[in-house]
Amino acid sequence: MIDAKARVRLAARVRLRFDRRSGKVVLLYPERGLELNESGARIAELCVETRGVGELIELVAARVSDAPRAVIERDVLDFLNALDARGLLEVTRS
Amino acid sequence: MTSAGEPLVTPAPRPYALVAELTYRCPLACAYCSNPLELGDASTELDTATWGRVFREAAELGVLQVNLSGGEPLARSDLEALVAEARASELYVNLITSGIPADAARLERLTRAGLDSLQLSVQDTDAGGAAWIAGRDANESKLRTAATARSLGLPLTLNVVLHRGNIARVPAFVALAEELGATRLELANTQYLGWALENRAALLPSRSALEEARRVAREAAERLRGRIEVLFVLPDYYADLPRACMDGWARRYLVVTPNGLALPCHQATSITTLEWQNVREHALPAIWHESPAFRAFRGEDWLPEPCRSCERRAIDFGGCRCQALALTGDVTATDPACVHAPRHDLVVAARLRADAGSEPVPEAPRPLLKLRRRAAG
Ligand code: SF4
Repeated sequence: MIDAKARVRLAARVRLRFDRRSGKVVLLYPERGLELNESGARIAELCVETRGVGELIELVAARVSDAPRAVIERDVLDFLNALDARGLLEVTRS
Repeated sequence: MTSAGEPLVTPAPRPYALVAELTYRCPLACAYCSNPLELGDASTELDTATWGRVFREAAELGVLQVNLSGGEPLARSDLEALVAEARASELYVNLITSGIPADAARLERLTRAGLDSLQLSVQDTDAGGAAWIAGRDANESKLRTAATARSLGLPLTLNVVLHRGNIARVPAFVALAEELGATRLELANTQYLGWALENRAALLPSRSALEEARRVAREAAERLRGRIEVLFVLPDYYADLPRACMDGWARRYLVVTPNGLALPCHQATSITTLEWQNVREHALPAIWHESPAFRAFRGEDWLPEPCRSCERRAIDFGGCRCQALALTGDVTATDPACVHAPRHDLVVAARLRADAGSEPVPEAPRPLLKLRRRAAG
């Protein structure tokens, strides 16, 4: 499981792009694609470069001011763990 | 109910992937090759500019991924330009290759042109087995291609087509994927169409061999989760219920052949009662939306019994059309792979023969095996 101390970045095989047809950000990797919701897209875009998970939570929190901090933290960790389970994340655990 | 102003025809679904068969030229001659039995010659291949237009039209239709495939796409001298064209249309570009020839400088150029990932076919880890199925052993070249891909940071998928001759080596394929640092391993059983159907008696594995392979693959998928995506595809013949072939006819995939025919699947030219249109004469969106061939088996409306009243009809759409045609002679029949199909006996009989022939696979050369003819060029 990924915790706030880990550092993460999207795996090399992942490409993010905007899909005009659906108006959504899609995450593409070999033979597959995931259509991201708004919150997923926000987190994924921040993972294009390596970041600490703690920092990531701060950045997301700064953008969505109306959600409680605990909810944001859980959303970010859930999303990152879902990506990690698919091998879509490079994770450095400290 | 249709009121004025509403479209009368259900709009076509959105395709997500384009399989661009760039050429039938290939250094290998696999006995299960999915190219048609009759290959065109290289002089009729689509040129760079036409492929560029096909990529743009595919992207316009909603396609997100392109598989540059063949034959062997490295045989195209303009492959770098084709990769760049596909990237210019924002497609995720997968190169489907035999890894022959292993050419590090070229792979580097392709990566710079925007290649996103490389899928390498592996026929067998055993040299004799590889030569038996493909006409030659090319493992050394494949290993070098994999190493180059890795050093370039190019994500690597290994694709193994499983059959009677190599199915016992699934553990070795898993080990190879780990050793080469692959991110995805496809263990896909042969589907018995085209060349593979011609060679079925030599290729169809027994049920016990298949079960063992499946067990090993499952264990590997579990162990490697998050590191290597391990995919195991059963042969239709042992599945009891058919797959939605290509995720459904003309629903998610588009195939364009080297000479420009647009198809809903690799094998569709075996259906000679449909008229296949060429991208040289028609725009891809027009073919996708309007051509009678693409609409022939789209969705559920055309389904025969027992599919029509079956709860799985929107899951598998009655199975594979090419298989129905090849086995029963009727392209609209329920796929014989289905336990409910009137002609399921055909599949059961083939399975029983595979189980009866339980002796080990004979050494190469094996006269029974027909190898795909190498295309000229
Ligand atoms: S009867 Fe038709 S719809 Fe039902 S499972 Fe078989 S092929 Fe699929």
